[in-house]
Amino acid sequence: MLGLTEFDKSLLNLLQGSIALSQRPFRDMAEKLGSDEQTVIDRINLLKENGYVRRIGAFFNSEKLGYTGTLVAVSVKPDKIASVAEAINKYPGITHNYERECDYNLWFTLLTPDSETHDRIINEIGALPGVEKLMDLSARRKYKINVRFNLK
Amino acid sequence: MLSELDKRIVRAMQGDFPICAEPYKKIAQEVGIPVELLLERLTLMKEQGQIRKLGAVLRHREIGFSANVLCVWVVPEERMEKVAANMCLNAAVTHCYDRNTMPDWPYNFYTMIHGSSREECEAIVDELAIENNLSERRLLFTLKEWKKTSMSYFTE
Repeated sequence: MLGLTEFDKSLLNLLQGSIALSQRPFRDMAEKLGSDEQTVIDRINLLKENGYVRRIGAFFNSEKLGYTGTLVAVSVKPDKIASVAEAINKYPGITHNYERECDYNLWFTLLTPDSETHDRIINEIGALPGVEKLMDLSARRKYKINVRFNLK
Repeated sequence: MLSELDKRIVRAMQGDFPICAEPYKKIAQEVGIPVELLLERLTLMKEQGQIRKLGAVLRHREIGFSANVLCVWVVPEERMEKVAANMCLNAAVTHCYDRNTMPDWPYNFYTMIHGSSREECEAIVDELAIENNLSERRLLFTLKEWKKTSMSYFTE
């Protein structure tokens, strides 16, 4: 894998913050880095190819788009975990699904456009063979969402 | 709620952002609108908070944050605001949520913590516990990532 240069770290730190809403956003970014547009574009593409970047784009506040999010924990019989996890993964509104060190061994996030869809999915998952218990842990308040790492 | 035009813009912006000299022009062409209108709508969506961020999310393992843990806490309601504000200040804490509890699950505060190792994550949690005078907590380390994707809005 490509090692990160000092330039890459500065570039990634800027890129994690904000891409300008302008006609030539990477020229603006290049100016801040004392570089030029083409260098910045080439380097970002290289960093992407080398697997440093999960996604570059817009990240939305799901509530403000009319969606409701929740975190769901299920307790699954150990021999059924793969089949339950795979069934859960099929729902497009479920974006994260992790097996965790806990008696509630599967944890997933669910985004739905209305409460009918939410209730239907929760009921369907609760009825999957091997699911023993389910907790729907809706958020009362979100204090922080900031997946940003300072590269030094 | 969002207009049909804004929904089309969300659909075009939720994938991979083009890395080229005029990325918004490319997206505007996809949506079928002038680039000026696209920039105007995006600026407004950012101001109104529908767009949380326009930028990159990195793969944390590749950049040296190879461990993470979901740590759940019991925070007394009357101290929630203060504890939450304090935890949010810590750069290792990327997510802070207040969630409802269940009869066999007393934890009401959820934090996602990133570090370079499992030991470092545990040390950060210990520090947060002392700083915030919290005793009840549980660390839910990941055993397996079964799914991790970005949401596709307005596609159903």
